Amino acid sequence: MQVGIVSYGAYVPHYRITPQEIGRVWGTDGELMSKNLLIFSKSVPSPDEDVITISVEAARAMMKRTKVDPRLIGALYVGSESHPYAVKPTGTIVCEAIRTSPNITVADYEFACKAGTAAIQTCMGLVGSGMVKYGVAIGADTSQGAPGDPLEYSASAGGAAYLIGSEEMIATLNHTFSYTTDTPDFWRREGQPYPSHGGRFTGEPAYFKHVQAAGKGLMNLAKTKPTDYAYAVFHQPNGKFPARVAKMLGFTDKQIEVGLLTPQIGNTYSGAVPLGLAAILDVAKPGERIFVVAYGSGAGADGFDITVTDNISNYDRKAAPSVKELLEKKRMIDYATYAKFRGKIRMQEGEVS
Amino acid sequence: MSTARLWRENPSRYNLAASKCGVCGKVFFPPRNVCSTCHRKSIGKMEQLLLSGEGEVYSYSVVHEAPSQFEMLKPYVLAMVRMDEGVMLTSQLIDVDPKEVDIGMRVKTTLRKVGEDGPAGVIYYGYKFTPNP
Amino acid sequence: MREVAIIGVGDTKFGELWDMGFRDIGIAAGLAAVQDANLAAEEIDALYVGNMSAGRFIEQEHVAALIADYSGLARDNIPATRIEAAGASGGLALRQGYLAVASGMHDLVVVGGAEKMTDVGDTMAAEIQSSSTDQQWEVTFGATFPALHAMIARRHMHDYGTTREQLASVAVLNHLHGSMNPKAQFQRAIDLKTVLNAPPVAEPLGMFDCAPSSDGAAAVVLCAMEKAHKHTDKPIRILASAQASDTLALHARSDITSFQATRVAARHAFKQAGLEPKDIQVAEVHDNFTISELLAIEDLGFFPKGQGGKAVVDGQVAIGGKVAVNTSGGLKARGDPIGATGVAQVVEIVSQLRGTAGKRQVAGARFGLTQNVGGTGATVVVTILGAN
Repeated sequence: MQVGIVSYGAYVPHYRITPQEIGRVWGTDGELMSKNLLIFSKSVPSPDEDVITISVEAARAMMKRTKVDPRLIGALYVGSESHPYAVKPTGTIVCEAIRTSPNITVADYEFACKAGTAAIQTCMGLVGSGMVKYGVAIGADTSQGAPGDPLEYSASAGGAAYLIGSEEMIATLNHTFSYTTDTPDFWRREGQPYPSHGGRFTGEPAYFKHVQAAGKGLMNLAKTKPTDYAYAVFHQPNGKFPARVAKMLGFTDKQIEVGLLTPQIGNTYSGAVPLGLAAILDVAKPGERIFVVAYGSGAGADGFDITVTDNISNYDRKAAPSVKELLEKKRMIDYATYAKFRGKIRMQEGEVS
Repeated sequence: MSTARLWRENPSRYNLAASKCGVCGKVFFPPRNVCSTCHRKSIGKMEQLLLSGEGEVYSYSVVHEAPSQFEMLKPYVLAMVRMDEGVMLTSQLIDVDPKEVDIGMRVKTTLRKVGEDGPAGVIYYGYKFTPNP
Repeated sequence: MREVAIIGVGDTKFGELWDMGFRDIGIAAGLAAVQDANLAAEEIDALYVGNMSAGRFIEQEHVAALIADYSGLARDNIPATRIEAAGASGGLALRQGYLAVASGMHDLVVVGGAEKMTDVGDTMAAEIQSSSTDQQWEVTFGATFPALHAMIARRHMHDYGTTREQLASVAVLNHLHGSMNPKAQFQRAIDLKTVLNAPPVAEPLGMFDCAPSSDGAAAVVLCAMEKAHKHTDKPIRILASAQASDTLALHARSDITSFQATRVAARHAFKQAGLEPKDIQVAEVHDNFTISELLAIEDLGFFPKGQGGKAVVDGQVAIGGKVAVNTSGGLKARGDPIGATGVAQVVEIVSQLRGTAGKRQVAGARFGLTQNVGGTGATVVVTILGAN
């Protein structure tokens, strides 16, 4: 059974902070950091936002664009590395908020920055096998970098939701290919507030090796070459890695331009590739092919070969805000506000008065 | 706070579940079983509905002294919003510069964290208002 | 129904009474009232206590029995009842005592009101106060007690052109009155600038637009009119007692610039007393916020809707004005120990009608009124008193 994307929705919190402002506080050259990472600002969630609210906003945007009855959704997976609860699934709240039926299978996923695409793959399997009519896959994060750590310049928040089905698809998911190894480039231990990473070890043996392997494997499987694709989107921990890996695989800057959001909003982790893909679907035309490779530390990469269908012409994209609109709706904040919003200020514990 | 106390209100806090009197058409939020105008005549005639989430600011305040629950958000805008269905709701108006808020301003609901039982407790989600568009 | 008189009043100073606990203030006011009435303890038939939230302020419920115990009334095992209606607890306790005497059930009843607020911090006190509004559908979403009143003020300004200065004038006047009341929490007159420049609490309301947290208690002794002269030469008659309710949540009302419960209670009270608003010389109204006083003087019928602010600025509610309002200093300056407030209002009116209000005496006061509000107008008690 041909499986594909029936609808999608995106959400990005509207506060932003610049690398210059972060650098000002830590005595780092923020300007240089901005240039090196190719990040001009990153999104910051409000204190009342978390992966649950972001997932709900994205899922509601997704449902607004389609007439699919939410009660026909048989599976829902939320991929994130910043689920508000260690135990108590994000997905349960998303289900209630988009009014699915209780006859649904739900789980939260974690695979660093590729938990969202792992969710898409699961839905592909469930829909393709006929186990469910529709599945929802969400990738969202409110990731944190330790204060002063280089990660702080990029770790941001956002997410996107995908309705996977086999009818009235706006894009078909032709092939998926994954590549996974035990590579400890980036991790967060249970109970630790901030992740740790292997510095430059996150590059060559981690990101580049896995994204290339999955990308090449995908093209082998799909019997395609880079020029077959109108768009390509890669995991984007900063603005530079995806451009470099694109070149390594034979893609051009032009192909990755639309899906490259990190320069404006930073690294949204599990939200990154789902948001990049959403930005592409916002503008894609029937027949256009999209090349996708997500990367998750630990490490693995998920590739997708996607073709936009004729249905996209009748699809109500305008029913929810485009990624571009979400990027434009922004409010700059200073580091003090950022520190307050992200819980970096040590507060009085318990009730004093 | 008891976990069940807010949990049982989830349909209204997440999805604006309301009720409408089948006799006079008055809308109630949260839902009621009896219309406050029609009393007995309305029993068994209350219809369920979901509010659209859109409305306009009826009044508002910029809150500077807030309970510990809202410490991180202050100063914040609290608003009473007349929903398009006629019923009024109270919640925070967020993602807005307080100076931009005025009576009559169009707003819509969004789902946000409204509170939690401390760092180890249950998190509560509910509607807040954002500018519309 | 029998006529009911007030034959004794007593109260404590209002404010931060650090060395007095709940028991101390409750007993102090009660004993003062009983002494004022020249009573022996064994003559008292019943005790009513207005109290909003001892359970949260001092973690003590069952406070009517506690007061009966510590005041020695428990010796005679008299019925002791605690009444709760948030800010209207005191006024409502008075009404319950009034009904008990008027019905013939009791001849002599002590009504007290007490709140000990400063045993918790300001933030907690504010949270407790906000529980008088809709916890589930207002407070959970960020509403505070001042914020709800600020929204009333904002809408009043929008609909009637009420100004920030007019609101501030209420605080200025009540502080002036408070400066003449030795039992007031604030006995210092302030100017308009002080109010306008105060830190914002919930815009448009600032710190000086809000009544403080206070400790305090007040008590009155009620007696069947036919027996009052045994105890006093100057019984003060309760001419009317009326109570009304409204929606708990402010947003459930079609108009928030008026408290319908005040209007209804006032209508019933004036009817029962056979009086009109113009007959009242002195009134204590529930000015927990400056805007609340404007609503009160409009809804009670002293001034047309929307004209409250102007009336205050024009001196019409000052001593010597059309009707002297909050001569005690009101909740704003006298203080607002929640459960005590409704009873303290009556104590002030009794002093005025007896002619013992000292520097703040309203000349020739014959009829006085109290308006006591719970929450954002979900309970209102209006009482009219007359000099004999």
